[in-house]
Amino acid sequence: MKRVGIIDYGIGNLLSVRRAFEHFGAEASLIRTPAELAAADRLVLPGVGAFADGMRGLAERRLVEPIRDYATRERPFLGICLGMQMMFDGSEEFGDHEGLGLIPGRVVAIPPRGIDRKLHRIPHIGWNALVLPPAQTGWRGSLLEDVGFGGFVYFVHSFTAVPEREDDRLADCHYGGLVLSAMARRGTLCGAQFHPEKSGETGLRIIRRFLES
Amino acid sequence: MKSVRLIARLDVKGPNLVKGVQLEGLRKLGDPNEFARRYYAEGIDEILYIDIVASLYERNSLLDIVERATEDVFIPITVGGGIRSIEDVRKALRAGADKIAINTAAIRRPELIREVAQTFGSQCLVLSIQAKRSGAGTWEAYVDNGREHTGKDVVAWAKQACDLGAGEILLMSVDQEGTARGFDVELVRRVSEAVSIPVIAGGGMGGVADLVDVVRTGGADAVAMAHVLHYGVCNLEQIRREAARNGLRVGHQDVVAMGASESP
Repeated sequence: MKRVGIIDYGIGNLLSVRRAFEHFGAEASLIRTPAELAAADRLVLPGVGAFADGMRGLAERRLVEPIRDYATRERPFLGICLGMQMMFDGSEEFGDHEGLGLIPGRVVAIPPRGIDRKLHRIPHIGWNALVLPPAQTGWRGSLLEDVGFGGFVYFVHSFTAVPEREDDRLADCHYGGLVLSAMARRGTLCGAQFHPEKSGETGLRIIRRFLES
Repeated sequence: MKSVRLIARLDVKGPNLVKGVQLEGLRKLGDPNEFARRYYAEGIDEILYIDIVASLYERNSLLDIVERATEDVFIPITVGGGIRSIEDVRKALRAGADKIAINTAAIRRPELIREVAQTFGSQCLVLSIQAKRSGAGTWEAYVDNGREHTGKDVVAWAKQACDLGAGEILLMSVDQEGTARGFDVELVRRVSEAVSIPVIAGGGMGGVADLVDVVRTGGADAVAMAHVLHYGVCNLEQIRREAARNGLRVGHQDVVAMGASESP
């Protein structure tokens, strides 16, 4: 049976994430301590809410360093929404905050206007299409292997990660004349700005691929 | 390209899905999750559960229903009805809700909006407004399923809620609810022009023409549907097709099906 550890740091809705993995018969356990984290070999970092609260939640449970250690072991790791944002170096949400630093880049507020100069709605809430960034040639071998270009997934966010290296952008989405990073990847570490556990059948394909990775 | 969200609204009383006319005179329709699963399979974008008696009788079997739904419905779920405190929000999120909708408690104490937004993030807070026309171009916010008026002007209240940190506004027209005579498009337009957050139009959808109208003219970002779905007036496939014929992209499944065959 496939096993997955979901990091529980006192924030967000873990039930939906767990259910999505259980849907494929995986055994999902909640990771709350450094020891549990060290024993995991497939990790999910979920999360909603503010960046600083998330990092504080991890720090209070002494999980920051164990996550960084884990990241060096070339094991599958999936950050979701805030979990994806925390994978970067830092964020400007309500001040300047340090992140996990697993992928070079920063998290910034979604600009209120795109190149069309029109105001758009923030938060960016809803289904949006995954598009291939210019630096990628395809999604073969990635968590998006079973997802077609233009597959729709569900987003809810006011801040957006900006990867420093174009190579780390696995998928983008277009919103209000902006190009936002939808999925970032560095080796076996992957972050989804959208919610695969809330993105219907497309999201489930990503979850299944993660279990098989 | 952005797509207009289609939301199935399930009004729940005890274990049953119910449907009324102008929020009065209820009819039992069956297990809410059977409807939720069917709409999910047909490609609905979100599910909205409203406990229509919680604000009156203080009970909450709805969270059990929601918890069961998360076993096989993998799309965003919003829960409303009777949520009064941070603790209530926490319970709903723990039961698997992604967002909660607040009406009465926010009217009584607007600061609750700020507190919820700060604790759980704006993204999980939907301010629900029951709007009743009170004159030409003016609407008053109501509570208790449109029975009790509050003296609050809807447009001003929506703006205030947006400033306090609400993530979305669910705008229900009490006048149009359950009539299937179309949305109150003017109401939706006035509110959606006044706020920067997404507006969900609800109350009165009788067919796809109403949907096109409230998005095009009203500026709605999402539409909450009850009557047309529960009574099978149209299914989601028809809604998507009809809307597309009118140049509107709604929902998500059509594109997924297309993309799958072009997989890289």
